[in-house]
Amino acid sequence: MTFSPELEKKLAKLIASYPPGKEKSALVPMLMFTQDEVGCITPELVQEVAKRLNIPPVQVDEVVSYYSMLHRKPMGKYHIQICTNISCLLWDADKLFEHACQKLGLGHKQVSADGQFSLEEVECIGACSWAPAIQVNYDFHHHVTPEKFDQIIDSLKKVQ
Amino acid sequence: MADLVTLTINGKTVQAPPGTLVIDAAKRAGIEIPAFCYYEGFSLQAACRMCLVEVEKMPKLQASCTLPVAEGMVVKTESDPVVKARKSTLEFLLTNHPLDCPVCDKGGECELQDMVFRYGAAESRFTEIKHHVDEKQWSPIVFYDAPRCILCYRCIRVCSEGMGVGALGIVNRGVYSEIAPSHGDHLECDECGACIDICPVGALTSGTYRYQTRPWEMKHVGTICTFCSNGCKTTLGVRNEKIVRGNNRDKSGINGEFLCIKGRFAFDFQDHPERLTSPLMRIDGKLQEVSWAKALEAVAKKFAEVKARNGKFGIVGSTKTTNEENFFLQKFARQGLGTNNIDHHRSGDVVTLMDALAGRTNALATVEDCYQMKAALVVGADLAQEHPLLAYQLRANFRHHNARVYTVTRGPVREDQYSVSRVRTEPGKELEGVESLRPMLSQEPELLILFGSSIKGEDVRRLVAFADSLNIPVKYICLVDYSNSRGAVDMGLLPDLGPGYQPVDNPGLTLPEMMAATDLDVLWVVGANPLARYSLAAANAFVVVQEMFLTETAQRADVVLPAASAYEKNGTVTNVTGQCQKLTAAAKTMGTKPDLEIMGLLAKEMKLNLGIWTVQSVFEQIRTQVRGYNIPLPVVATGQAAQTSPLNGRIPVISRPDLIQSASNTLFTSGSLGRYSKKLTSVLEYPGELYRP
Repeated sequence: MTFSPELEKKLAKLIASYPPGKEKSALVPMLMFTQDEVGCITPELVQEVAKRLNIPPVQVDEVVSYYSMLHRKPMGKYHIQICTNISCLLWDADKLFEHACQKLGLGHKQVSADGQFSLEEVECIGACSWAPAIQVNYDFHHHVTPEKFDQIIDSLKKVQ
Repeated sequence: MADLVTLTINGKTVQAPPGTLVIDAAKRAGIEIPAFCYYEGFSLQAACRMCLVEVEKMPKLQASCTLPVAEGMVVKTESDPVVKARKSTLEFLLTNHPLDCPVCDKGGECELQDMVFRYGAAESRFTEIKHHVDEKQWSPIVFYDAPRCILCYRCIRVCSEGMGVGALGIVNRGVYSEIAPSHGDHLECDECGACIDICPVGALTSGTYRYQTRPWEMKHVGTICTFCSNGCKTTLGVRNEKIVRGNNRDKSGINGEFLCIKGRFAFDFQDHPERLTSPLMRIDGKLQEVSWAKALEAVAKKFAEVKARNGKFGIVGSTKTTNEENFFLQKFARQGLGTNNIDHHRSGDVVTLMDALAGRTNALATVEDCYQMKAALVVGADLAQEHPLLAYQLRANFRHHNARVYTVTRGPVREDQYSVSRVRTEPGKELEGVESLRPMLSQEPELLILFGSSIKGEDVRRLVAFADSLNIPVKYICLVDYSNSRGAVDMGLLPDLGPGYQPVDNPGLTLPEMMAATDLDVLWVVGANPLARYSLAAANAFVVVQEMFLTETAQRADVVLPAASAYEKNGTVTNVTGQCQKLTAAAKTMGTKPDLEIMGLLAKEMKLNLGIWTVQSVFEQIRTQVRGYNIPLPVVATGQAAQTSPLNGRIPVISRPDLIQSASNTLFTSGSLGRYSKKLTSVLEYPGELYRP
């Protein structure tokens, strides 16, 4: 399996940033970068990453199945992640998630028919100070109310 | 040695070397701290929280499996807070654990059950419905019941660190976590079953033993595995004269807990439906069942007749029968029948090595040396496939002592994972590869050399000369194929050498010569299958075969005498490193007799005086007559391994490297016998590529 030259360059730099013999520490970032390009973690990608880091494929599977940010199936172009952990929950994140479900017509880990949006209820994203927080792909949005959520979605729709 | 650290455990003063873990220090002082995830010899996990102890001046309970001892430390292992914590841990472990102990294979020897019994976690605050996942089959050997799993990681560590395979992982998270096999829904691995034995609960079960019996309904018989030459002790669980389990959980024997698929599961040849249970005689061209009396009488009559007219005998001994049987067979041949036409399947050039090392002491390695020596050189052998215990020992040596391992092989081997240097050579050019390692090898403080069947004849002498020129202490292991291949040589199943490598006056025919002799009158085969590799030239030869199965050789026989298997007899066998160990009969198959008894009855029938042929008396003859076998009786009698030392002088015979040919068995094959193990064949037929390094 080969990746784009840019990604290959990024991966080479990434792997070289760990001490010799500890290359497998690159596993999580490597999976995230390659997921962005490939679209999701395919079985071939698992094999490829395992080969490059010289670890058994099952060790890659361990990590892929552990982290919710790594997906076996492609998510939407805009992957909406809503934190419902304690800090966000105190600021009605559960209600925000319900609202999001209705607004997008999607449930947890579902993708819209046109492939534009997907929704996921996630664990803490480390933005407790600005709860309730959501993440759209890699971008954070703070103090999200249902109204603000609608604005975000509508602006994304316009971009299309 | 560094100064010992003094600490107090449960009011008892304990001393331990610095770096010792509290759990180990306690164990050595006779105090057991329970643990599920901690396992001596493997990396630390600290996952189960069972080993929590109270340490004075430390605010929280500490996991004793990761806590090194410190001077003046005061530890309490069973105080009220500790017991309370353990009870909570158990309560937590039981939230999703099914209470199917009455049908679980592990019931009665389950560590979780024992701990719940000890700490009495009878009540649970959890009211949620237990999370259930259906049981999965990963291979013909391994089944996984996820709800029973307590996620201790033992199986994962034994597979990756112990075996060097790494076929198991843990997927998902939280309550959904479970063990997963390397290939999605199935395993591609050594099928050794180490994960099953090491499992503290009944999460991993074996295709052989599952739902067969309760642990307390078996008798447990420690004996030696009858497949490869490594000589692992396997403790057979026997129920109603049927072997249902093989393991070595008590860590007795030279292998500790290690066993491969053969020692753990391949005992099933013992009750294979094709097992011969009655003597067969060729009547009107067909093999027909006859009584023992009739069969023995016919053989004795023929032997006496051929002996009387000075006819030609050919005798083929076994690499799986006991030392006593091999010794008695050559005695029968030489004294009883007056012939030196005796041979066996030679799979390593032990004779030349013994000659090349003549007069030295401390030059033959033991299995323990594979774990202790600072450097090892593997020449022309795939240890993980052919000698799994030696491979396991070397790997453990690297893990625990940073042993430096060098390989000179024709293809990739598993030792490559950690070896300091690997050389690939064509067969026959191994010594050039060895020579290329000279600069590195000469820096080593000591060296263990293991060499396979491609190093034979003069190459063995060259290898020894090379090692001598390094000027460091070197020990050797000449790799041979089967459980008593080494014993067969030591006991003199050779046309030119008697027991203890004593040359005989009139060397007899070698195995290929016997098979090619058109005037051969009698071919007597004891537990071997030469017709699988050779054709018999003498069309009129009277063929007598002592066998468990109707092999190619037995099919050609005029008389077939059904033999007991190694698991059904007493005696001793000598492993690849020359360590002599005791076989103990575990079961019985009706109608069969041990080969020693068959030969004794034949001698009686022929009115030959070959001495008493009980196992004990023949073993005594071996101890007094075979060089190197003057081994201490208590060691053998108590089931330990006694190192034989046959390096007493030159062996003046012409080397015949052309006769040496290893069968190059894999983990899942073992000559003719392997074909009769359903477990071995089922693994071979199993879809998917089996693990290669």
